[in-house]
Amino acid sequence: MATWLFLLLVALGSCAAGAVGALTGMGGGIIIVPMLVLLFHVEMHYAAGASLVAVIATSSGAAAAYLSEGYTNLRVGMFLQLPCIAGGVCGALLAAILPVPLLFTVFGFVLLFSGYLSFRRKEEAERERPSDRLAVRLRLESSYPTVSGWRAYKVYRVLPSFVLMGVAGLLSGLLGIGSGAVNVLSMDQIMRLPYKVSTTTSNFMVGITAAASAGVYLNNGFIDPGLTMPIMLGVFGGSVAGARILMFVNPRPLRILFSAVVLLMAVEMIYKGVTR
Amino acid sequence: MTLVMRRLERLIGFVLLVGVLLSAATVLLGGVLFLWRHGSTPVHYRIFRGEPSDLRTLLGVWGDVMKGSGRGIIQVGLILLVAVQLVRVLLTGILFLLSRDKTFVVITTVVLGLLTYALFYAGR
Repeated sequence: MATWLFLLLVALGSCAAGAVGALTGMGGGIIIVPMLVLLFHVEMHYAAGASLVAVIATSSGAAAAYLSEGYTNLRVGMFLQLPCIAGGVCGALLAAILPVPLLFTVFGFVLLFSGYLSFRRKEEAERERPSDRLAVRLRLESSYPTVSGWRAYKVYRVLPSFVLMGVAGLLSGLLGIGSGAVNVLSMDQIMRLPYKVSTTTSNFMVGITAAASAGVYLNNGFIDPGLTMPIMLGVFGGSVAGARILMFVNPRPLRILFSAVVLLMAVEMIYKGVTR
Repeated sequence: MTLVMRRLERLIGFVLLVGVLLSAATVLLGGVLFLWRHGSTPVHYRIFRGEPSDLRTLLGVWGDVMKGSGRGIIQVGLILLVAVQLVRVLLTGILFLLSRDKTFVVITTVVLGLLTYALFYAGR
């Protein structure tokens, strides 16, 4: 196949992945790598490197919009950035030495878990007990805008979340996915931040973590400019469009369809990893 | 939150937006040049060979740009995108500095250190 045609198809696929990532709240990274590997037969390191760049672009674009809205909790973000970026660097270094079939298998299980998370999400009543002592000491509590004005929220279980964030960063760097799903799990379910605060703060962190991993990938020669070009532009454009569509459609049926696709990709990644 | 900090938060958002748009435009320009010259050659992304050393270092990339290489120009766009993240952390650090928050200035400095290490030294 000629390069131009191949890259055009990759751009269209990336655009779709970016839109679905925005619609389901999982981010484009987790779909783009299996798509490149399974559908386009791109080598794993190139796929992960290109995906990381796409993740930085979408995170930066979205953060620019979110920061002025006042949801993002920069203190929580920067505190959790510490384990996340350390994990991101380690993961990227590990990606260079671990065997590719092992990467496939790990990716399959991460996909399964992410699909399960995006399906299971439910709103829960906020608790009224006081915040963690550590959260108070670090002044992590804040407030966020609602229709009835600014509303204060509390922060729980800072340490477990801190540890989980290290794992999130590690997986992000290892597989080139950006780890948005685990970030949100950590903040939304464990720290009990309001959902919108979790997603915007996660988005703020994802770009910085991915940048650290991408730096290592760049130094190792895993980022191919020709291949990365349509992926970065496609995912970025697709996610902007996806965020627009989200205002008009109900994402629930999409989540179900998406979970099915993720399950399929997960099985194929694990199969590929085990049989090679 | 004080007015200065609110403005700084807006500035971070603005830097990110300009950075990502500038980067996308550069990547697009390089991409058009790349496809113009090499669009009809067969694809080669199935096998991993690693990028040539000139695409891994700042000086090498600059050399490619001077030669008018499309791949070099794309790489400049990508490096710009990564560099903007450095500015994002730096500005957030200044925000903590202005609110005289020692713990968070230290945390941000460590994050900045790790990011710099990853961008310039790790993995060579």
